[in-house]
Amino acid sequence: MSIFVDEKNKVLVQGATGHQGVFHIGEMLNFGTKVVAGVTPGKAGQEVHGVPIFNSVQDGVDETGANTSLILVPARFAKDAVFEALDAGIKTVVTITENIPFHDAMEFVHYAKYKDAVLIGPNCPGIASPGKTKIGILPGSIFLEGNVGVASRSGTLTYEIVNSLKEKGIGQSTCVGLGGDPIIGTTFIDALDAFEKDKETKAIVLVGEIGGTAEEDAAEHIMEHISKPVFAFIAGRTAPTGKRMGHAGAIIARGKGTAASKIKAFEKADVKLAKFPTDIADLVEKHL
Amino acid sequence: MKLFEYRGKELFNKYGIAVPTGNLVSDKNDFANLKFPIVLKAQVPIGGRGKAGGIKKAKDLKEAKEKLNQIMGMDIRGFKVGKVLAEETADIKKELYLSISLDRTKRMPLIMASAEGGMDIESVPDDKIFKEWVNPLIGIQPFNIRNIVSKLGFGKEKSKEISKVLTKIYKLFREYDCELVEINPLIITGDGGVMAIDSKIIINDDAMFRHQDIIPEHVELTALEKDAKEKGITFIQLDGNIGVIANGAGLTMATLDALTHFKGKGGVFLDLGGTDDPEKVKQAFELMKKAKPKVIFLNLFGGITKCDTVATGVKAVISKEGIDCPVITRIKGMNEDEAKEILKDAGLITATTLQDAAQRSSDLAGGK
Repeated sequence: MSIFVDEKNKVLVQGATGHQGVFHIGEMLNFGTKVVAGVTPGKAGQEVHGVPIFNSVQDGVDETGANTSLILVPARFAKDAVFEALDAGIKTVVTITENIPFHDAMEFVHYAKYKDAVLIGPNCPGIASPGKTKIGILPGSIFLEGNVGVASRSGTLTYEIVNSLKEKGIGQSTCVGLGGDPIIGTTFIDALDAFEKDKETKAIVLVGEIGGTAEEDAAEHIMEHISKPVFAFIAGRTAPTGKRMGHAGAIIARGKGTAASKIKAFEKADVKLAKFPTDIADLVEKHL
Repeated sequence: MKLFEYRGKELFNKYGIAVPTGNLVSDKNDFANLKFPIVLKAQVPIGGRGKAGGIKKAKDLKEAKEKLNQIMGMDIRGFKVGKVLAEETADIKKELYLSISLDRTKRMPLIMASAEGGMDIESVPDDKIFKEWVNPLIGIQPFNIRNIVSKLGFGKEKSKEISKVLTKIYKLFREYDCELVEINPLIITGDGGVMAIDSKIIINDDAMFRHQDIIPEHVELTALEKDAKEKGITFIQLDGNIGVIANGAGLTMATLDALTHFKGKGGVFLDLGGTDDPEKVKQAFELMKKAKPKVIFLNLFGGITKCDTVATGVKAVISKEGIDCPVITRIKGMNEDEAKEILKDAGLITATTLQDAAQRSSDLAGGK
């Protein structure tokens, strides 16, 4: 099994004919993802790696039965793209785009909920279930099929951690990038609940960072609802107050969102914390 | 972007929210349209200016000129005062607190109100602060307003006035892509009206493209940070002496944390992002050199980004322009062996693990 996505996802890519679109359609196809359609207004009839391009999401859905969308369009067009996908009946939307205005994200996060759809991101690398599918821009080479679920607010840091798991022969059930923005669709709590239910997942790794209270909320949730072992790494222990550390969501504001507070919350919830990103693999190995 | 108080009040004015009569002042003629007594307020993008002496009262023109001289040019927590707002004093009967912010957890606009205004909201006890969340898809509704305003405990007339202000700031909050609109205090005047005495507005930087009427007036960035921003590189100056270059915000933060573990201190946070474009790598190194770190720590994980392409870019900059500080590199992932050869060839130190690299960088920066 896996969470949120599996081999049944038929993926449509919005922003398919740009540099990123073309490259990642190729990478996803190599991974085994069922990429069935691309959308770029005005470019219907073209193909990218053999995948047909349509003018609208509705056309793509009607012709191919796509049920999942990957959003790669620039920030100022992202809200329109997500709304278009949801209105065409898409049930899983993965939004990679960075720098989307917070108010736009707030609107489409609520609209996705209203439409009973799963929205992952924005500002995330996507989601991968090794052996099944990869929807996003995560590098395919780092994964291995297995039993560890990974949920993260970060990109490259997650690749590093997943890669170090692979080097020890520890595979992953699903790795989901939740996104580095303050307003995101799928949270640690959503991922924890899904991993708890997933029979294949035996242990859960969370990669958090400064800003907001997502880790504190997750810690509360773990104490009450999660029976599987949880491991975590928190980035930004030495970040100064008031600076956005690369991610729009990574900011300590009004005394809230410090790494210290997150570490304390996780310790209370008996989550095993790693000092260095690559230590996660050692902790998980000892446990399994 | 944080707006200055007077800019925020211009927006309040635009949305029909009453503010005291006032204007910016730089010499004695600027007081001509104001009725004394007045209050002079330093325009700074940070809180706590009252305690720092940035707000002063004046009963006549002579006093106003003296106080203006004291405030203009004053240093408030590292910010030099370049603008002063003079306003007629208001007839304050009661001070309230009202704000709308983004609730990250609920992903909704959060209205906060308190009958205890005029002080830092952090020091108001939780049971005196009332909260109401608005569904962004339907917008603020009369029930939202009733729910929160009724808790403040004012009579019908005053509640109606406060409700009107709340409706207006919600509109402002949404139309201007605000992260925060705060009025503290919102006052009730002697004649029963309401007026915003202060304004605090933060507009989401990522939405500035659709607010061309907002002119950035103060720069919260250093000269190098500004330069980097124009080049599309995430570059943050910190108070240590080790320059960190990594790819991805999370990995860059984790690298700084690793340095701290070995008693080193990051001086620059430079996130290369997903690029392996040699030109970007070159620009990144040039910026880093200008920040004059004692040691540079390059920490790369190659996924989609290929390590050897980045290494080639690094080698090109160093062999062409030289570098006057040690560079410690730690490379992992796609094509790491090729990358290590290239960097060794360029005379850089290649470490095997993050810990090893962090330790070496910290020791070198500490003079060992």
